[in-house]
Amino acid sequence: MARRFDFKYYCSEGFHSIFTHGFMSFAAVCMIVACLLIMGSFSLVAVNLDHMLGDLEAENEFLAYVDESYTEEQAQALQSQIEAVPNVSQVTFVTRAEAMDDFRAGREDNELLESLPDSVLRDRFRIHVVDIEQLQATSEAVEEITGIAYVNAAYDIAQGFVMVRNIATGVAVVLVGILAVVSLFIIANTIKLATFYRREEIAIMKMCGATNAFIRWPFVVEGMILGLTGALVAFFVQWGVYELVAKAVIQSNGLSLLTILPFGSLALQFLLVFIVAGLLIGVVGSVLAIRKFLQV
Amino acid sequence: MIRFIDVYKEYDNGTKALKGINLRIDDGEFVFLVGPSGSGKSTIIKLITGEIALTQGKLMVNGYSMSNISPRQVPLMRRTLGIIFQDFRLIDKKTVYENLSFAMRAIGASPRDVKRRIPYVLQLVGLEKKADRYPGQLSGGEQQRVAIARALVNNPNMIIADEPTGNLDPSRSLEIMMLLERINDLGTTVLVVTHEKNLVNRFTKRVVAIQDGRIINDETGGYYNGAKI
Ligand SMILES: Nc1ncnc2c1ncn2[C@@H]1O[C@H](COP(=O)(O)OP(=O)(O)OP(=O)(O)O)[C@@H](O)[C@H]1O
Ligand SMILES: [Mg+2]
Repeated sequence: MARRFDFKYYCSEGFHSIFTHGFMSFAAVCMIVACLLIMGSFSLVAVNLDHMLGDLEAENEFLAYVDESYTEEQAQALQSQIEAVPNVSQVTFVTRAEAMDDFRAGREDNELLESLPDSVLRDRFRIHVVDIEQLQATSEAVEEITGIAYVNAAYDIAQGFVMVRNIATGVAVVLVGILAVVSLFIIANTIKLATFYRREEIAIMKMCGATNAFIRWPFVVEGMILGLTGALVAFFVQWGVYELVAKAVIQSNGLSLLTILPFGSLALQFLLVFIVAGLLIGVVGSVLAIRKFLQV
Repeated sequence: MIRFIDVYKEYDNGTKALKGINLRIDDGEFVFLVGPSGSGKSTIIKLITGEIALTQGKLMVNGYSMSNISPRQVPLMRRTLGIIFQDFRLIDKKTVYENLSFAMRAIGASPRDVKRRIPYVLQLVGLEKKADRYPGQLSGGEQQRVAIARALVNNPNMIIADEPTGNLDPSRSLEIMMLLERINDLGTTVLVVTHEKNLVNRFTKRVVAIQDGRIINDETGGYYNGAKI
């Protein structure tokens, strides 16, 4: 009469229970899928916005354009003056030829750009700042320097992106919190229903001298299976939806100002996060659900 | 062994169900616990099984002190008891065999132990040919014999039965009592609650009579006279 950890028993009981309460299990999985999908979608939007910000290199840097009458040597001589401005961390000189190459890169298929001469662009400095909050003040100080025509074409865009990203992150955090609680509640109710249907069996087990842990494990396994199933379904649905949306976005924006990350580069992290979140919801939900039933 | 020492039980609603019970049941005994409805018989059983807690006094069950038993020890205490109810409490979706293996798995018995033990108890209660039936395909008497087999399957040293024949006709009831007597002969202590005096009087056993929460009579080889009580 060994009192051991009967893994096989817990799993078969857990599986069995899922199919006995098919509809509730289905509902619970759907809730987890919905929760993870919303969480995932917001995260994907945030990740992409973040990536675009990095892409524009606009988050903590700005450009200072040199007066057109300056030669390349004269222009380069301004570097030390810019470096002396407070809050400037790094200054890179970019010639108009280099700037044009940069601009064309990634837009090879756009014929409009082919015919543009380098001279439509100015020599410029790419200036990194230490503190993005003071970006405006710093850029104004740089603009004061004689020889700098104007600064910072991407400033507003950067601000816009930062704001959108912050909002997306904030909304995502709040929504994920709410949804996690909701799906926890649903899982707990599913398991509670399962325990309710099985309260007779539980009473008999207790009467025979089963420990609480022994009674609890099949339900925990059930919660884990529900959570895991939800996580996998959510992962593949997320993948499909993402590919569709990415395709639509790319098609609808000819100049490809927006760059979309390929799902493959995020898949592993998403899968892991989904699985961990799904398991957590499942286990916590089931433990909450059966606490009450074990008090006899 | 069971020992009640001056036990009182008052339910949450103020009902005083037991008013100073002193009772000792030694290993190997066969005891009838009799009394009118509401006298406190089931309360005594529930105190023994740990389903409810006592209000005052001391109760020892097979070496466990029920007044300060820890929740972790309750399952271990219950493994020393085989409990039988009036309504059988079998799982309808499980066969006879599965009902018994369920009870064994519940305390962590290995599949090998299960395979070895179940045929023996089924034969003891005379149901070896009905192992694959579902409870719904059995008569009431047969269902109660399954419940008795389940109570025995984990080899307890004591059987506790609360009105085991309450749902059965007289001849089935007699069969069940004779089966419990046989189990007692094999060495298991038996405590049976009943208020069927005809049945009690067919045997010559110790009879503990309770009324209004107090023991009013305790005679070995006793006779239960419902009218007297
Ligand atoms: N859970 C409870 N809460 C409050 N009072 C209760 C509870 N259970 C039993 N009682 C009361 O305690 C007293 C004893 O009840 P108990 O069930 O022990 O009687 P009994 O002898 O088993 O009766 P019966 O022969 O009808 O089964 C009764 O007055 C009953 O109403
Ligand atoms: Mg009763």
